[in-house]
Amino acid sequence: MQSENPTSHKGGRTLPEGQALLSVRNLKKVYHTDAGDIEAVRNLTFDLGRGELVCLVGPSGSGKTTLLKCIAGLMNSTSGEVRLDGQKVTGPPKKMAVVFQEYGRSLFPWLRVTENVELPLKNAGVPKEERKRLVAEALEAVGLDHVPKSYPWQLSGGMQQRVAIARAVAYQPEVLLMDEPFAAVDAQTRADLEDLIRSVWKKLGVTVLFVTHDIDESIYLGERVIILSSSPTIVQEDIVIDLPAERDQLETRSLPRFTELRHHVYAEIQKAKQGHRPEEAITMVAK
Amino acid sequence: MTQATEPSTRAAAKAKASRLPSKGLPKWVLGLIGIVVFLGFWELMPALGVVQAKYLPPASEVIAALATDLGLTAFWVAVGDTMAAWAIGLAIAVAAALVLGLVIGMSPFLRRFTNSTIEFLRPIPSVALIPLAVLLFGIKIESSLLLIVYACFWQVLIQVLYGVADVDNVAMQTARSYGFSYAQRVRDVVFPTMLPYLMTGIRLAASVALILAITAELLIGSPGLGKEIALAQSGGAISGMYALILATGFLGVAINGVTRVVEKRVLSWHPSVRGEATA
Amino acid sequence: MKILKSFGYLLGLPLILLAWWWLATSGAPNFFVPTPAKLLTTFVETWFGERMLTDVLPSIMRLVVGVLAAIVLGIVLGLAVGLNRTLRAVTEPVFEFFRALPPPVLVPVLMLLVGINDGMKVAVIISGCIWPVLLNTIEGVRSIDPVQNETSRSYGITGFSRIRYQILPSATPTIMAGVRQALSIGLILMVISEMFASSSGLGFTIVQFQRSFAVPEMWSGIVVLGLIGVALSFIFQWVQRRVLRWYHGLKEVENAV
Repeated sequence: MQSENPTSHKGGRTLPEGQALLSVRNLKKVYHTDAGDIEAVRNLTFDLGRGELVCLVGPSGSGKTTLLKCIAGLMNSTSGEVRLDGQKVTGPPKKMAVVFQEYGRSLFPWLRVTENVELPLKNAGVPKEERKRLVAEALEAVGLDHVPKSYPWQLSGGMQQRVAIARAVAYQPEVLLMDEPFAAVDAQTRADLEDLIRSVWKKLGVTVLFVTHDIDESIYLGERVIILSSSPTIVQEDIVIDLPAERDQLETRSLPRFTELRHHVYAEIQKAKQGHRPEEAITMVAK
Repeated sequence: MTQATEPSTRAAAKAKASRLPSKGLPKWVLGLIGIVVFLGFWELMPALGVVQAKYLPPASEVIAALATDLGLTAFWVAVGDTMAAWAIGLAIAVAAALVLGLVIGMSPFLRRFTNSTIEFLRPIPSVALIPLAVLLFGIKIESSLLLIVYACFWQVLIQVLYGVADVDNVAMQTARSYGFSYAQRVRDVVFPTMLPYLMTGIRLAASVALILAITAELLIGSPGLGKEIALAQSGGAISGMYALILATGFLGVAINGVTRVVEKRVLSWHPSVRGEATA
Repeated sequence: MKILKSFGYLLGLPLILLAWWWLATSGAPNFFVPTPAKLLTTFVETWFGERMLTDVLPSIMRLVVGVLAAIVLGIVLGLAVGLNRTLRAVTEPVFEFFRALPPPVLVPVLMLLVGINDGMKVAVIISGCIWPVLLNTIEGVRSIDPVQNETSRSYGITGFSRIRYQILPSATPTIMAGVRQALSIGLILMVISEMFASSSGLGFTIVQFQRSFAVPEMWSGIVVLGLIGVALSFIFQWVQRRVLRWYHGLKEVENAV
């Protein structure tokens, strides 16, 4: 029933030298454990252009978090490299901010909402006046300017994740990495947060890499979706989401094109689960 | 929606972390290295003249003295005296605290009525009672018992009160509506909930009891290892004194180990322990 | 009415106990237990005078200095050891031994090594109180949430700032539990070191009263020690409430779920 296949690359799409903001090249990660080696990520290559909003989607256990941690500089890859603005990533770069899935554990419970948002700026030596302005702006952008004095644990899950997003936004990153940020919030809150991400992205022009296991979410949010295979992970497919720029929870999701894309991604994920792997990627591994 | 939830719990994260590569030497080897370094340091201090050997004999000499002690009946009698005071004192304190804790804890009136008194008596240091103990009992074992019971009683009582307060109201009302008697409610509803708290109290009290047993022996002269330490010190048998001190340390380690094992055994069915085991 | 009721709860039992004590002692004089009135006058006469300056305050000073030093040392060392996995494994058995060692045995040891003076008494308090703080700090640092660590790293919060903003606050609940133990050990050691080897201080004075069968004076000394214990406990609880307000709130929220 697919009327038109999406524009896609088998394997990850790359950009010409100098145009990519974030490049991942032949990334491989093997965990050495007492029970033997586990190859979590086999070979990943893709680029993010400046200002893109890209979703990474893959079956559970496909090494999404591992990949994200390698990109964020929180974990060393076994081979291959990540470059941000041409600079090789060896530790967490200044221009990156991460929003974790476990908002309850990533926000510091001993700090109030504003203090949580302010801390990275304070640590970076941003002057007080500037700091105040950035924090206020970020809290306003996520719709939380009314609870600055609360502690995070006094807020609902969705609001806590807003605080974490505000903290990331206030840090003024060039790249915003999000690791399944909405996996632990209820459906209604999730929809609101998805729209929040779209609006923040548009307003600030930041580049976003959004990891999720939810197919609908990846299509609704992304301008591009990178589908990962099951572990050991390679890029299964890299597709362009040609939906209108203005997204709306009801309208966009009921577009026939949305359904087509959803079917396409779903089929790819099913293939990935069954162990099908695109040839290009396999030959790339072989060489 | 197509979703496959991935485990994101703390336990899973920890399990993952423990599967990560363990770099270098196993833990017990490192611990052994620590012990050897410590003993080596101790051995060298008097040899290098950092301290005088008559005040801190080298480790080898002290360990030799301890080995000699281990073959002496007098040493084992002293250990037996200390452990007897420890065990009797702990048992009295636990029994008293358990009964009183249950009675007070199960009555909201008594809980409020006794609160101020408990909060006032609890922080009073047991050693304040030393002169009283001497006056009343002299150097008999009762002196040790007075100090031990006083200190341990509060440790256990507080835990029992916490435990009873933790009893689920719904469970209690259910029991009541099924016509459970007071004794049945205590046995089937309150006691199981309170047990982990009681065990925590006993574990804390067990080490406190040893501290006060040794204190009483050291200061008052009631029979036991502490008295032997005081005698060795005043008699100038410095290696012997250090050997006895080592022995009290090992006693402490043994008590900590045993109470931890017992706690785990008794509570093996309890979620708080099972959770700990998986994490 | 409500205030009256809570006053009743607060003072009811203490008043009953006081009345019982008064009735039991005022009928037939008891050698071992003075009457409440006698104890009160003895208490005032004995402690509100020169003794306050020569015995009580110096004892309290030594206790405060010793406990504070033990807390600072314990936290600093605990951070250093807790943050390093190898160091942690190397020191664990030795530290566990020192934790299990009943602190009063340190009194004769330090008498030998330091001599009988103020320094020895403070040293006894430090060397007894440091272990619960040290081991709890190590435990608090060790069990820090990995997600918090990654958050700090990804926002460039490293080194000293990480200790200040993440590690110390996160370990505070565990550290405070250690401090609480340290306080009661400190008080025990203050008394013992003075009873064992001293010619002044609270412990010494109280033992003197006992030896000379000055029973009401001895009881008044026990009251002084009790009051110090109660005061320490109140100060601790006050500090803990302020420092750990976030923690108690968090626990309440978690338990309500």
